[in-house]
Amino acid sequence: MFANFGHFLSVLSDGLRPTVELTIGGIVLATIMSFVAGLANGARSVVVRVIVRIYVEGWRGTSELVQLLWIYFSLPLLLGLQIVPLWAGIIVLGLNHGAYGAEIVRGAVGSVAPEQVEGAVALNFTPRQRMVRVVLPQAVVEMIPSFNTLFIQLLKATSIVSLITVPELTYQVKQVLVPNFGGQKTLIFVMVLVMYLLLSIVITVLMRWAERAAARRIGRRPQRRRPLPDMDTLPGNPIRDLNVPGGA
Amino acid sequence: MIWNWSFAWSIVPQLLRGLLVTFEATILGSIVAYILGLVFAVIRRSRIPVLSQLVWLFVEFVRSTPLLVQLYFLFFILPDIIGVTLSPLVTGVLGLGVHYATYTSEVYRAGIDAVPRGQWEAATALSLPRSRVWTSVVLPQAIPRVLPALGNYAISMLKETPLLLSISVLELVGQAQAAGSEAFRYVEPFTIAGVFFFILSYPASVLVRRLERRVQRTH
Repeated sequence: MFANFGHFLSVLSDGLRPTVELTIGGIVLATIMSFVAGLANGARSVVVRVIVRIYVEGWRGTSELVQLLWIYFSLPLLLGLQIVPLWAGIIVLGLNHGAYGAEIVRGAVGSVAPEQVEGAVALNFTPRQRMVRVVLPQAVVEMIPSFNTLFIQLLKATSIVSLITVPELTYQVKQVLVPNFGGQKTLIFVMVLVMYLLLSIVITVLMRWAERAAARRIGRRPQRRRPLPDMDTLPGNPIRDLNVPGGA
Repeated sequence: MIWNWSFAWSIVPQLLRGLLVTFEATILGSIVAYILGLVFAVIRRSRIPVLSQLVWLFVEFVRSTPLLVQLYFLFFILPDIIGVTLSPLVTGVLGLGVHYATYTSEVYRAGIDAVPRGQWEAATALSLPRSRVWTSVVLPQAIPRVLPALGNYAISMLKETPLLLSISVLELVGQAQAAGSEAFRYVEPFTIAGVFFFILSYPASVLVRRLERRVQRTH
């Protein structure tokens, strides 16, 4: 049963590196896109708002795998340059989840009590100071649980990048281990699933820590509540309020 | 030429055939997810020793690992376990359904938790049998307000059905890939596939948002 455990572990470890690179690269790009697009929602310029809506609805409205294949197969023809599969993966993961994250940022910024903004106006803060010193520190605490869910979705989505030949965890299983060690399929799958589970636990632990740190900064204790595992059901949705004990 | 209209038109019928499979997978997968998710939620809420904890463990595990790996798992290992080889589409529907059931079970749970304690107490005071408490008191109050969230998951599932191409189901993107590799032109098929997804999912999400507002007003 455990005959080739060590060998499997080393093959899977080779796949761990691209998976972690895709996850971290995707998270960085997704976070940037979330804040840029989420905050641009409140821009005065209609053109900016329209561009943001097109980005958000366009990337949320189509399938992530289609986006990946499109970037991988079509972009080289359109631009005449070959794109490294790993980078194609990071770009699609980042832009796709960034579109969902933009809605998280928008919802969290909108959920900050209006009195807070009024207070900042009364204190003669510039719009920039209002955002950076008053609204964002409170909104960030709100968004972290949702971003936790989003980042775990992103980690899980890295597996589809195996379909454009990036040798990450899923690719190692499907193309390397299963064809050669068919008799031990169950062990192989349990091992890879546990690795993904551990990675998602790492994300959750880091995000909990970030949430506590962000809450402490504004002198609050984080409330323990769990957001739903989908970005469509995050801030601004009645379901989330149902999670609060005694709410609704 | 980057975009060839005559080639684009010529592959539309093939893509529509794939779209039909995408629909089948989404509808059947949603049905599995809605029923199984409710079962998970009720078991967890009923606090049956061992079973409730096992369901919790299963839900957390499935939720935290990629659907694609689960599909491969079902495709390669399920036949060994149950002794019959299921068709790729059935395997895919099972994979989608179970994966999304772990999401919908959380939705149901939120809905059940939102039913006021007094409702449970009143049902106990009336000494209603346990099954009646669920079917006549709790669920009729819990489910309507989670309908928008359930709808959202059907839309998410629609966008994840392309993963079934990895277990050789010829759904929309599988057909697009087939059409593309035949002519060695990928821009048209993948672009059309993307447009199809958008045409379907955008109006659907607008409808769900409208439903959401209605639910918010009534509660």
